Amino acid sequence: MNDILIKILKIIGIVVISPLVGGFLSGLDRKISARLQGRKGPSILQPFYDVRKLLQKEQIRVNSAYRFYVYLSLLFIIFTVVLIIMGGDLLLAIFVLTIGSLMFVLGGYASSSPYSNIGSERELLQMMAYEPCVLLVAIGLYYQSGSFFVKDIIAQDKPAIIYLPAIFLAFVYILTFKLRKSPFDLSMSHHGHQEIVKGITTEFSGEDLAIIEITHWYETIMALSFVYIFVAFSSPISHLYAVLACFAAFILEIIIDNACARVTWKTALSSAWGVTFFFGAANLIVLSLLSKF
Amino acid sequence: MPYLVLCSTLIPVALALLCFVIRVDIVRNSLMRLGALGVIAMSIMTAFNFWNGDFQGDAAEKAIHIIDSAMVIIEIAIALLIVFLGIKHKKYIAPLFTVIQLPLMLWFERAVVKEKELEVDRLIVLDQLSVIMVLIVGVVGGLIALYTVGYMKWYHNLHKEVKEQKSYFFAVILMFLGAMTGLVLFNNLIWIYFCWEITSLSSFLLIGYTKKDEAVDNSFRALTINLGGGLAFALGIVYCGMKLETIELSRLIALNPTATVLVPAFLFSLAALTKSAQFPFQSWLLGAMVAPTPSSALLHSATMVKAGVYLLLRLSPLLGTTNVGRIVTLIGGITFLAASLLAITQSDAKRILAYSTIANLGLIITCIGIATPEALWAAIFLVIFHAVSKSLLFLSVGEVEHQLHSRDVDDMSNLYGVSKSLVIFLLIGIAGMFLAPFGMLISKWAAMKAFIDSNNLHIIMILCFGSAATLFYWTKWMGKLVALSGKKLEKHHFHMDERISLFIHAVLTLSACFLFPLVSSKVVLPYLQNMFGFSANSPISQGNVWLMIAMFSLLLILPVSFIPISKKQKGREVLTYMAGENVGDNKSFNASLGVTRETTSVNWYMKDVFGNIGFWGNLICIFSMIAVAVILIWGILK
Amino acid sequence: MNYIQKSPWILHYDGSSCNGCDIEVLACLTPIYDVERFGIINTGNPKHADILLITGAVNEQNINVVKQLYDQMPNPKMVVAIGICACSGGIFSECYNVIGGVDKAIPVDVYVPGCAARPESIISGVVKALGLLEEKIAKKAS
Repeated sequence: MNDILIKILKIIGIVVISPLVGGFLSGLDRKISARLQGRKGPSILQPFYDVRKLLQKEQIRVNSAYRFYVYLSLLFIIFTVVLIIMGGDLLLAIFVLTIGSLMFVLGGYASSSPYSNIGSERELLQMMAYEPCVLLVAIGLYYQSGSFFVKDIIAQDKPAIIYLPAIFLAFVYILTFKLRKSPFDLSMSHHGHQEIVKGITTEFSGEDLAIIEITHWYETIMALSFVYIFVAFSSPISHLYAVLACFAAFILEIIIDNACARVTWKTALSSAWGVTFFFGAANLIVLSLLSKF
Repeated sequence: MPYLVLCSTLIPVALALLCFVIRVDIVRNSLMRLGALGVIAMSIMTAFNFWNGDFQGDAAEKAIHIIDSAMVIIEIAIALLIVFLGIKHKKYIAPLFTVIQLPLMLWFERAVVKEKELEVDRLIVLDQLSVIMVLIVGVVGGLIALYTVGYMKWYHNLHKEVKEQKSYFFAVILMFLGAMTGLVLFNNLIWIYFCWEITSLSSFLLIGYTKKDEAVDNSFRALTINLGGGLAFALGIVYCGMKLETIELSRLIALNPTATVLVPAFLFSLAALTKSAQFPFQSWLLGAMVAPTPSSALLHSATMVKAGVYLLLRLSPLLGTTNVGRIVTLIGGITFLAASLLAITQSDAKRILAYSTIANLGLIITCIGIATPEALWAAIFLVIFHAVSKSLLFLSVGEVEHQLHSRDVDDMSNLYGVSKSLVIFLLIGIAGMFLAPFGMLISKWAAMKAFIDSNNLHIIMILCFGSAATLFYWTKWMGKLVALSGKKLEKHHFHMDERISLFIHAVLTLSACFLFPLVSSKVVLPYLQNMFGFSANSPISQGNVWLMIAMFSLLLILPVSFIPISKKQKGREVLTYMAGENVGDNKSFNASLGVTRETTSVNWYMKDVFGNIGFWGNLICIFSMIAVAVILIWGILK
Repeated sequence: MNYIQKSPWILHYDGSSCNGCDIEVLACLTPIYDVERFGIINTGNPKHADILLITGAVNEQNINVVKQLYDQMPNPKMVVAIGICACSGGIFSECYNVIGGVDKAIPVDVYVPGCAARPESIISGVVKALGLLEEKIAKKAS
């Protein structure tokens, strides 16, 4: 009975804390970006102010159905985050993540607005671009550790990154898609950036937009938790390193965001697939050779 | 109870004959409904009999002889028909194949079998696998037959230029189902071959139904490719009889995979690959789209393509790490990737479904080629889930065509205004094909595990990229379905037979998510245990099953909880953003010079990127087949 | 307390201005003025915006566009007319097709005159609009 209680408390903790951390990271992102551009930038709590405001705004809509998908999307992303952090099956988490992202895309389609439609198609393209790599991360980890369960992977004697350095690099490459950073922010982008109005979010406002923003916070945590899984292992101190690695990856993404211009969809797709294919194949082949000796 | 088996193949055929003879529409329709129900009932009865375990003994000697002689007569008749039709339409390759096959088989049956005294001990194989196949053929096939009754009514109202030959159409469908049931139950290779040829012929007749030039061309292409496969099958039987002295499938697969045994295995696999439309033989299945939709549904989900898969499943002990197994794995994998990418470039719903069928069969065949318990578990579940979901999708698209007079996915943004239930059916079908708590993904998950455990790195890479492409083409279709274009279109009559059939399909697709652990533990795992001799475990752990069921309930409950909110309509309704130039109907905008233009948005097809994938896919598959053929011949000569 | 104070998102619409004021609006976003430090974001989408900044006069062609954009913004919302043209029509007010200032189409809350309006005054106008918004809401509440 106590076990279940602790589990429930843990889940509640994850659901509450991860958006706070995600929002904080998002604020940090804006602050650092501003500094990189020679500006002072907004307060670090700005994302929370934005969401608080959005929740207070009047609710407008273009039709009866499209708002619903955003809430479903949030729900599935939360499911993913909980699943990963609780040490669950990584592959199942990826499948749930796919549904979550897909619901968001459907929301864009359902609004029947030309701008949202284009945004949705681009978002879908991005999903197609990063999906192989995400699957490959799970496969690589399973191949190396023999388990899809996060709790088993991070309980190994050595960190997974030692065996999977190339797959880790490929993942960092597609992390840019997931965090919606330049050069791969085709479907929607952050802060002041614009792309075909506001891409997939064009028709969402007020509460719905706040939900999309919160979903993105969860997504940030989810994406960074992959980095965590690569670095953490059985020694307790490694978890500190893993957190630092996540942080470093995030800072790296901010720098890339500010240093790169947006690319065309063809470049985005072919480079993501190319990197995934070469790094993934090379890593798996080396790993299979190593396991023979 | 072998009589039951004979009944389940012969009764559809008898009803087919009746359908063919009787030309009164009401009687004919009722006969077809009766046939559909009969097929369903018969398959369920077979399954029950198997469960009760009273399935021993064989048919009387006499009956076998009568059937053998009847088969010879029918084979000759079929050959004459094909030669006649081939000459009539100036297509000579298909008759050529027949002319080679018929004497070969007659000689084999009359001379070799007698001389070598080849006996058949087990006439019928009824194990878990054949029960699954019988249920798929019976239930899904029967539902398709039921749908046909309603479908053909409006089909002829809409297509006045096509001559009305419903009797013939109904008869062929029933015959098809009968032959298919036989195919999955018989153990005698000659009998399987006979059913195999009947299915080839039936598909030929169904594809050519409209008698238009395109239909005739495509039907002959299908016939040629399938007869080519049939030739490989026949050669395999002759080789088996001469060298291995058996004409029983169960004995063949019990042999050790030496070079001599692998030759018939390769020939049978070749036949299976043509039937399952793998690269480079995929063109016939794409051409089959010209036929009325029920026949496409039948070809793609329950019968025809599943015949090839079934044969490979039976042969799986000879696959695995043998050369034949490796090549089957590779061809399946290449097919999965290439067909998935090609599906992105299509706008015709039926062609998307066709490519998706080819891709999924590729995945199934990859799993069978690997032939570990996990992989076969995945393959069997892929077969089940694919049959149900794909049939639902095909039948829905047939009905969409009726409502919208178009099969183009881009036009489906208007579907919501015409028929909400069709949108829901299609969404369930599509979700069943690739989304997480639904069937296909469960098996894909197991497949992925099996590929890694068997160290097939190339297949893993293929699966990763293929899955991404799958996600893309299904989701963009879903996007069109959920779009609310607001256009008002005329509604057409939605026939009761079609509605019932679609509804049962949808229920089956959904319930598969709940029932799969049960099917796994009661049917599939025992089958694998018999086959491998050790107890296999389900690749999906119990905890994950519970999580998936939780997800599934989330998906089900949420739309329900959303209904009251959407009725009260919280919030103010505004126009969609069109840079302030929205005319007011969310469809058109004020363009320059005072012109009002309508917005159109079409899906993304990427033809320039993925257009020529097919060529490379064919090339790789042809080369690998030639390579393995050379290796095998070299192996025998050595 | 109204939370728009901390994150006013703007939509910038160019009516028929000479682009002088537009450049000044954009200048507010540059590092020198950096309005993002107040949480201001140029969204470019009425559905996300709280404050509509309009430069240039309203004419026969764009009056419906201005009205539609205003309608598409969720409440509470403010309108700031930037530059003398947006305030009254400016030197274009006598033109055959010009209707006049923005207030001919939609209710304007703050007028920021100038030709072109300086970034400092634009920022001041936005801040004033936020103050007015506070008053408006307080009045409604009481």
